[in-house]
Amino acid sequence: MLEIRDLHVRVEEHEILKGIDLTVRAGEVHSIMGPNGSGKSTLAQVLAGRETFEVTQGQVLYEGRNLLELTPEERACAGLFLAFQYPVEIPGVSNSHFLKTALNALRRQRGQPPLDAMEFLALARERMQLVEMDERLLHRALNEGFSGGEKKRNEVFQMAVLEPKLALLDETDSGLDIDALRAVAQGVNRLRSPQRAFIIVTHYQRLLNYIVPDRVHVLLEGRIVRSGGKELALELEQRGYGWLEQEAARAA
Amino acid sequence: MIQTLSRPGPYIAEFERLETRRGGRGGAWLMPLRRAAMARFAELGFPTTDQEHWRHTNLAPLAATPFGPADPDAHPGPEQLAPLLPAGQAARLVFVNGRFAPELSDTGSLPEGVLVRDLAPALEQPDAPLRAHLARHAAYRDQPLVALNSALFEDGALVHVARGVVVERPIHVVFVTTRQAAPVVTYPRTLIVAEAQSALSLVEAFAGLPPPGSQPPGAGAGAYFTNAVTELVAGENAHVDYCKVQRESAAAFHLHTLRISQQCNSTLAAHAVTLGGRLARTDLHATFDGPGAGAALEGLALLAGTQHADDHLRVEHLQPHCTSREFYKNVLSGQARAVFTGRICVARTAQKTDAKQTNMNLLLSDAARVDTRPQLEIFADDVKCTHGATIGQLDPDALFYLRSRGLPDGAARQLLIQAFAGEIIDRIPAEALRTQLRRELAARLPGGAAPGGAA
Repeated sequence: MLEIRDLHVRVEEHEILKGIDLTVRAGEVHSIMGPNGSGKSTLAQVLAGRETFEVTQGQVLYEGRNLLELTPEERACAGLFLAFQYPVEIPGVSNSHFLKTALNALRRQRGQPPLDAMEFLALARERMQLVEMDERLLHRALNEGFSGGEKKRNEVFQMAVLEPKLALLDETDSGLDIDALRAVAQGVNRLRSPQRAFIIVTHYQRLLNYIVPDRVHVLLEGRIVRSGGKELALELEQRGYGWLEQEAARAA
Repeated sequence: MIQTLSRPGPYIAEFERLETRRGGRGGAWLMPLRRAAMARFAELGFPTTDQEHWRHTNLAPLAATPFGPADPDAHPGPEQLAPLLPAGQAARLVFVNGRFAPELSDTGSLPEGVLVRDLAPALEQPDAPLRAHLARHAAYRDQPLVALNSALFEDGALVHVARGVVVERPIHVVFVTTRQAAPVVTYPRTLIVAEAQSALSLVEAFAGLPPPGSQPPGAGAGAYFTNAVTELVAGENAHVDYCKVQRESAAAFHLHTLRISQQCNSTLAAHAVTLGGRLARTDLHATFDGPGAGAALEGLALLAGTQHADDHLRVEHLQPHCTSREFYKNVLSGQARAVFTGRICVARTAQKTDAKQTNMNLLLSDAARVDTRPQLEIFADDVKCTHGATIGQLDPDALFYLRSRGLPDGAARQLLIQAFAGEIIDRIPAEALRTQLRRELAARLPGGAAPGGAA
């Protein structure tokens, strides 16, 4: 589904990603872990089409297409979704109006008829239950004044409505209490399917108690220094990142 | 050069003509004031950019244009007025080229105690409230534009709501100028008096009208000058919703002085929507003349092309326990320019004043320009006064967020601009007007049906 080859990314003078290789197949859940500043969020945002980053080398194929040539909205229409680390507050834009507009843009792309207000509301109500989200949030301005947990639930709720093929979760677990974490994980787990893949960027191993990944990758200073099964996450939890940093330093 | 530009000569000549014509007719009680006002305008001339309050708005092109009287015989059809008049009014007064148009007006279904009429005949036989209030609030001494209007206005709207009377549906006052071959000037004058314990909703609209059969309503009339004065008095514990909608034509100069006087415990919600005009300036001067009064003064301007709009607010807290909220937004594209000045004066006696001022500007092009100036003069020591201004472009983070969900770039931009501007529209209490303006907003904003179109 997704193939990243030797991806190098720069912001102004700083090279942040220094040659990433990653292959994700349909049905898989990959976790990307690493300390702050290792480039995890950059990778997620580059895949979603953030223009502040400059790709200097390498390529990204998504279902055989050159992903980097597509605009953010074209990527969304092709089935890509990014759950933001910091969801943006947008006063004056209602959550439900925004999401209905987005969903109908995607449905048009998929050759499906648009949902009317009633059909959308029925779908939204059903999907909100997945993340145990308060229905009142649907009628408020997008993320405005939402608590941290409400924002993250709203991200996963949007994902559940938009039904992407490839979902990127950027530190969706950061700053969540246990209830919110469980709700977010439940939302993701219900969406797991043989047709859908996830890349879960996280700083902590805790989320992976609830969402069991197929593969775990450790990102350090812009490179994937180790990949393994879910047991790698447990090892990181016990030993931290220090030993991998030392190994990387020795190798350099 | 400045003398030439601010030359009041033609206006004095016009005054003399009118004085002769008025001759033995009524309205004599007003003549001393008119003469004094004319003399004052002759001394002051039009403001120039040398004056602090006019630093950012240049009236030289206006002063240099010879404006003649407007055609008294224009009779636009009701279908031309329809877009300016949303449904559900309690009454409407329509003025065409400065003259009352009874065939377009309707004052049939007003509750008892509400007077809505044209000023001209009322001036002939003034009643006590008219004498007590007309030209008593908008002082002309330091305001040449008020002086000019006071000297030369011939007609306008008189709205009087008696003590304790509640008018639930809005009253509309509409001043239109039709397209004419040569530049013309009109002097709309409105007096609104809401007596103690009354409640009133009033919409005052200014618009340029294309001649019958001309195509796009946005094309509007040729050059003209609207010099309007509105006096609004809210009596003790009265509530007034006032909404101004300005849709002058693209070649129009719109200069409007809105003078508000609030008695104790009165509340006012004033909204100003600026859509048209080549150059628009509104001087809003509000005073709290009794304690416990509150005013929300809000405005939105959508400016495109080379439009220039200047909102000049002065709120005077003269009494304790009054609250003022100013919230003005501008959306600018092209080479448009907006000026916001918000002066808040708090007198020594006005303790417990609570004043807040916010001015937010959204620039959609690099060539657009905004000048925003908060001015606080505070002489009391137990007050809460805050001000804030922002000038910025669309938030790239918000844009990326919307696009990442599948919204095309243009749709995402439009959604954000509409959200910014809609915040003011959504606060307009008059429902039919709010709905109408919402639609108009969608049609005018970039990405809408009429990109950057100025009326």
